[in-house]
Amino acid sequence: MKAVVTVVGQDKTGIVAGIANELAAYGVNILDLSQTIMSKTFTMSMLVELGGEDSFNELHAALKEKGTKMGVAVHVQREEIFEAMSRI
Amino acid sequence: METSQIIETIKMFEEDNFDIRTVTMGISLLDTVASTPEETAKNIYKKITTYAKDLVAVAEQIEREYGVPITNKRISVTPISLVAGSANEEEILLLAHAMDDAAKEVGVDFIGGYSALVQKGFSHGDLALIHSLPRALTETDLVMSSVNIGSSKAGMNLDAVKLMGETVKKITDLSDTANAKMVIFANAVEDNPFMAGAFYGVTEPDVVINVGVSGPGVVKRALDKVKGESITTVAETIKKTAFKITRVGQLVGSLAAERLGVQFGIVDLSLAPTPARGDSVAEVLEAIGLEQVGAHGTTACLMMLNDAVKKGGVMAAEGVGGLSGAFIPVSEDAGMIDAVKAGTLSLAKLEAMTSVCSVGLDMIAIPGETPATTISGMIADEAAIGIQNNKTTAVRILPTNGAKVGDMIDYGGLLGTAPVMPVVDKSSAEFINRGGHVPAPIHSFKN
Repeated sequence: MKAVVTVVGQDKTGIVAGIANELAAYGVNILDLSQTIMSKTFTMSMLVELGGEDSFNELHAALKEKGTKMGVAVHVQREEIFEAMSRI
Repeated sequence: METSQIIETIKMFEEDNFDIRTVTMGISLLDTVASTPEETAKNIYKKITTYAKDLVAVAEQIEREYGVPITNKRISVTPISLVAGSANEEEILLLAHAMDDAAKEVGVDFIGGYSALVQKGFSHGDLALIHSLPRALTETDLVMSSVNIGSSKAGMNLDAVKLMGETVKKITDLSDTANAKMVIFANAVEDNPFMAGAFYGVTEPDVVINVGVSGPGVVKRALDKVKGESITTVAETIKKTAFKITRVGQLVGSLAAERLGVQFGIVDLSLAPTPARGDSVAEVLEAIGLEQVGAHGTTACLMMLNDAVKKGGVMAAEGVGGLSGAFIPVSEDAGMIDAVKAGTLSLAKLEAMTSVCSVGLDMIAIPGETPATTISGMIADEAAIGIQNNKTTAVRILPTNGAKVGDMIDYGGLLGTAPVMPVVDKSSAEFINRGGHVPAPIHSFKN
């Protein structure tokens, strides 16, 4: 399944590396990545490929924890939710 | 996919209080009828706990995977008066307890359908159910009730209107809050996922998943961006926003139905407020350009809002049903509460607003000494609006013993707090005590 990982928070060194390392540790492949500063806020979205429901739940918990440690908000959501809202 | 679109979607959930208000499993109880009420109660418990055993877990997994808050998981069942058979008042309570026990076992927030449809008259089971309501609603925790007393096709059962006014008073004598669990309808719909009025119609299949979506905060934010522009733009903005949020309901509903292996029914897009600031229908009306809800022009804004919400929703989902539109409960909406406290919003204005919203007089606190016949008068007025205009109307009114006008009553959680509102002190008794049946309007003869 494909999921979108978003990271929003105050810019500082090591955010991309921190998240990417966590993804690598779980064997998750990054398909697409976009990072920008929106209204002075670090904003990154990644499209990732991962296994089934169980691996989603594990990754979800791990990235949330990582985000808390780094002081940024991390979301992991399956990509269909964004397609549903933005495309007919 | 643009990052800005992704962030916009996340903001809707995090900042605008957008939620799937409910995933409601509708379960037919027609095949649970047995020769004794004890056996029927057992069958009801068994069927509900079998069909809905995975409902909460599946909904929670969808919440996690898609980052969509699903506030409530609920069950609606066939109106109990239809499965009660020859049960008397005491026996029918067994069925209320079976519903309550089953709901607790599967972990849902509410179960609706302790209901009777009496628009044309009472059956034995209907009367047993209505007479049991004060006990059923105070002895159970999760059971919700509704009684339909009129329809555009059948007219209005004035005997039922009188009986329901008396029932509201009897419930008040046992509990200040239990009336929040009962809705008195005209033109009740059979696929409504929202409480307290959800029941599962007899023409529905054995089991379905219906979804209720809410999001007044999202609409408010969208309207803040078109300040000063023409009302045409406002209508279009609401329509587009309604489309987006209904799409999420469609996605969640179809996923839930697929994972539970049942049919997907409908999405009900209703702007249903919660007491949280920024999750208010009143604030949406104010964003259209009213200083405060209740100002002249409120009914016009609400009419436009309700219609635009329906239009946006209809295209976004395979099946749209339920009540779909805007809810205007007082206690559950911070902006409505402010307007009542300020004296801007009166009961009379609320009644006018119900002629163009999707439901009716909802979650309104009134003094405990209000006579039963006056409450019946309110029920009759609401039903008249619904019957004559081919729409659903409802009354959920909360008399509070010992409370006087202006007192604040706390109902807890999503039910919020309500200021006690004044009621006209002239009597409706002679009208209500006539009893009988108000004939169906002339335009009901369409056949």
